[in-house]
Amino acid sequence: MDASTAFAPPVKPPSGGGRNLHRFANPGRFLRLSGRVLPFVALPGLVLTLAGLVWGLLFAPADWQQGDAVRIMYVHVPAAWLASAGYAALAACSLSSLVWRHPLADLAALEIGPVGAGATALCLATGSLWGKPMWGAWWVWDARLTSVLVLFFLYLGHIALTRAFDDPARGARAGAILALVGAVDLPIIKFSVDWWNTLHQPATITLTGAPTMYLGMLWPLFLSALGMTLGFVAIVLARTRAAVMERRLRTLLATRARQEAGQEAGQEAGQEAGGIA
Amino acid sequence: MTHLTYIIAAYGVFAVIAVWFSATSWTRMTHARKRLAAIDPRASR
Repeated sequence: MDASTAFAPPVKPPSGGGRNLHRFANPGRFLRLSGRVLPFVALPGLVLTLAGLVWGLLFAPADWQQGDAVRIMYVHVPAAWLASAGYAALAACSLSSLVWRHPLADLAALEIGPVGAGATALCLATGSLWGKPMWGAWWVWDARLTSVLVLFFLYLGHIALTRAFDDPARGARAGAILALVGAVDLPIIKFSVDWWNTLHQPATITLTGAPTMYLGMLWPLFLSALGMTLGFVAIVLARTRAAVMERRLRTLLATRARQEAGQEAGQEAGQEAGGIA
Repeated sequence: MTHLTYIIAAYGVFAVIAVWFSATSWTRMTHARKRLAAIDPRASR
């Protein structure tokens, strides 16, 4: 049995744009490639995160208004960015699974879910810890906070739904539909501070304008955001590698069990035939 | 440093979540690799 056929039913590569995606659909190729890439993602992720957080915690200046509480930003903002980016990746995998039947997209979506939920929980927890000294409340039903809470529930719903079926393919399909529908929450999160009057501050860093933040604060924020993003990718890669190997194990064990059952049935049939003769 | 308790709590929550996800991912991956290598020698290639 070829390594690539031990994982899942063969999938006919689509024509057009999906063909390039399917070049990396072979689980054996994915394991080889991800094994090479993983150290180059995990190690810089660790170093950059530590550098950004130590810089932000010990060397970046305090805010003239918020004091040292602003240092929570170096954890909170990257977590918020990862919560949204993780869900966008989850939705992209779901789309790839539904449209192109990419064999690894389901597994990747399954593994992104818990990590994204962790990032969202971190965002909510650190936001609450920042909100208490600044706003005087652990929680307010502000549009930004509420839409992120909805995102957290969407992650939890995806985790529960994908694991609720006996047939993993049906669970993945239901989860993919939920992920795509839930993607509508992402622009709501992004623009909530513009569309509604919120206690949460508007965006400080935008793609179109210059950042309205002191560079001594921007650099550690940039480092911790980049480091945490690489860390997120490394964790998802490691989990997806584990999931691919576990699926291969299940397939191999099931194949072996079928072969053994077939041999036993053949031996019994032979004995019965011998007894009759 | 002002608001030290909140800052320590925020960084502590981050450390717990990051370490937990890293450790479980790494353990799961190495465990799966060992189990696979035990039944399929090609997996170690």
